[in-house]
Amino acid sequence: MLETLQNLSLGFSVALSPPILFYAFVGCVVGTLVGVLPGVGPLAGISLLLPVTFGLDATRAIVMLSGIYYGAMYGGSTTSILMRIPGETASVMTCIDGYAMARKGRAGAALAIAAVGSYVAGTVSVVGLMLLAPPLASFALRFGPPEYFALLLLGLLVLAYMSGGSMLKGLAMSALGLLLGMIGIDQMTGYFRFAYGVVELGDGIGVVPVAVGLFGISEILTTAGQKTPPMVIKPKLRELLPSRQEWRESGMPIARGTVLGFFIGIIPGSAHVISTFVSYAMERRLSKTPEEFGRGAVAGVAGPESANNAATSGAFVPMLALGVPSGPIPAVLLAAMMVHGVAPGPLLIKNQPELFWGFIASMYVGNVVLLILNLPLVGLFVNLLRVPYPILYPTIVIFCVLGVYAVNSSVVDVWIMLVMGALGYLLRKLGFETAPIVLGVVLAPMIEMSLRQSLAMSDGNYGIFFIRPIAAALLAVGLALVLLGVWPLISKTLDWRARLALAEKGE
Amino acid sequence: MLTTDRVGGSALVLFALGVLWESRKLPLGSLHNPGPAYMPVVLAVALVVSGVILVLRGGGSEPVGTVGWAEWRHAVAILAVCAFAALALDRLGYRITVAVALAFLLGVVEHRRFLFTTVFALGMAIGTFYLFDTLLRTPLPRGPFGL
Repeated sequence: MLETLQNLSLGFSVALSPPILFYAFVGCVVGTLVGVLPGVGPLAGISLLLPVTFGLDATRAIVMLSGIYYGAMYGGSTTSILMRIPGETASVMTCIDGYAMARKGRAGAALAIAAVGSYVAGTVSVVGLMLLAPPLASFALRFGPPEYFALLLLGLLVLAYMSGGSMLKGLAMSALGLLLGMIGIDQMTGYFRFAYGVVELGDGIGVVPVAVGLFGISEILTTAGQKTPPMVIKPKLRELLPSRQEWRESGMPIARGTVLGFFIGIIPGSAHVISTFVSYAMERRLSKTPEEFGRGAVAGVAGPESANNAATSGAFVPMLALGVPSGPIPAVLLAAMMVHGVAPGPLLIKNQPELFWGFIASMYVGNVVLLILNLPLVGLFVNLLRVPYPILYPTIVIFCVLGVYAVNSSVVDVWIMLVMGALGYLLRKLGFETAPIVLGVVLAPMIEMSLRQSLAMSDGNYGIFFIRPIAAALLAVGLALVLLGVWPLISKTLDWRARLALAEKGE
Repeated sequence: MLTTDRVGGSALVLFALGVLWESRKLPLGSLHNPGPAYMPVVLAVALVVSGVILVLRGGGSEPVGTVGWAEWRHAVAILAVCAFAALALDRLGYRITVAVALAFLLGVVEHRRFLFTTVFALGMAIGTFYLFDTLLRTPLPRGPFGL
């Protein structure tokens, strides 16, 4: 414990230095902006600013990019409450009661509760990250290629299981992502695979154009043709203070949402979306007045908003401690760290303590910055939503092109973004999840390498995955998930994933 | 009946068959010593199996006819703009490409007024170039006459 506190004081000495504070602030502002704007999620925001960070040292770059990530989680609630449009997918559940509160004239109170809940969840869950990541990293030092292979395979299975709707579709999308990740030079033999003479494809297809295409461009393709612009409810500043009754009603949901969100965040998958869904369902079940849900229940805003912010910190645990991303956004952040020569994984905390602890401390600072930004300045951010969408979306398209091009100064990446945008649009129309594709692209080289290294270690004997306890345990969990995924098909009942898909469709 | 799952499943099967066909050019290796084609083949087979199951079990999903495509004209226009950007960025430079792309989307697709479209497109092209290239030092391509 004493060591943790010493390390944290080292972190604060880094995080409170003026340049780091400045970049945390910039990240939070940009994050709030991208969270507020429908169609630009944290992924597009991070991708856009990734090239800007090339000239910075690794700590500043990571602090700024992660500021965008959790800033977007804060900002996403604003559009949900005021317009019933989720700024990013994790705010879907906030739309229901947040907008209902706004229509009852309690928009300010809903925004304040969402911001305070996000602040509490963000700050408390960083404590969890701080306490959990170092021991997990020490444990992961025992991992060899078989353990990594089992872990990565488990990650994909969990993602497929956790995504709403059918697990089979999730697995198919993971396989598609892994196949796309096979493009480029085979690391073991040097063969060019599926590159068709395009030199730029030698290093494989980048995660940024894939992510921006599948999430940013496809969202714009789906929404650009909207006929009627959504109505914006503008809150008055003096209405921002919730009543004593509202504070009381939000206390426990914030606490429960924080704990729940953090642990769900650690698990690979669309963690934010799932954590909000679970939190909403739990609050409704625990409520003495469940009939209020859907008509402006305070707990329906406080719980999910806290959960999605806590999930953000949770998602950093496997990324920093194991070097394994738990979803598309950590995957892009992981790519960003690699660009800066930082190799996330068990050795990061040991070898670069100032980066790890500086990052942790900057998250505490970032949460304070976001609370200040989100309460008094909410009117300013809302004005952005008054820009008509026919003007907004062409600007977003240009930013997507700019962000993708600037990473490698390569038009091949713009083509990849275009193809992925069209693919994402079609897949959405057909009801397929696209998140597993992004994770598949990132994990493909790692998973293939660890499989082949494991087989090289064992002279081609697959038994190596079953005689090593950690690998065997991870594979057993993966098998259990597959069986759980298959069970509703046999029993013909609706499991929680089917209900989540229905809820998302309904909203 | 043609449903979303059946269309999606069939597309996955076709794609996977394409991958299998292309993988024949690479050494497969063996089960105990996988070659460069091994993983793609395993994944493509998994994709074929998933696709076939989706086709067989997909009768209950949404009929394709009920999926709304009202925004398809906008979608095609936006994809065309992205393709134009990919073709033009290195040839015409960032500023000209962005100005033309924005002018097309605002003026032709969204029917905004000529003056607004011109001012907005030029302002965005020059403004974002100044912000990213000049201030933030992210190198952006220049076209004819250094534009």
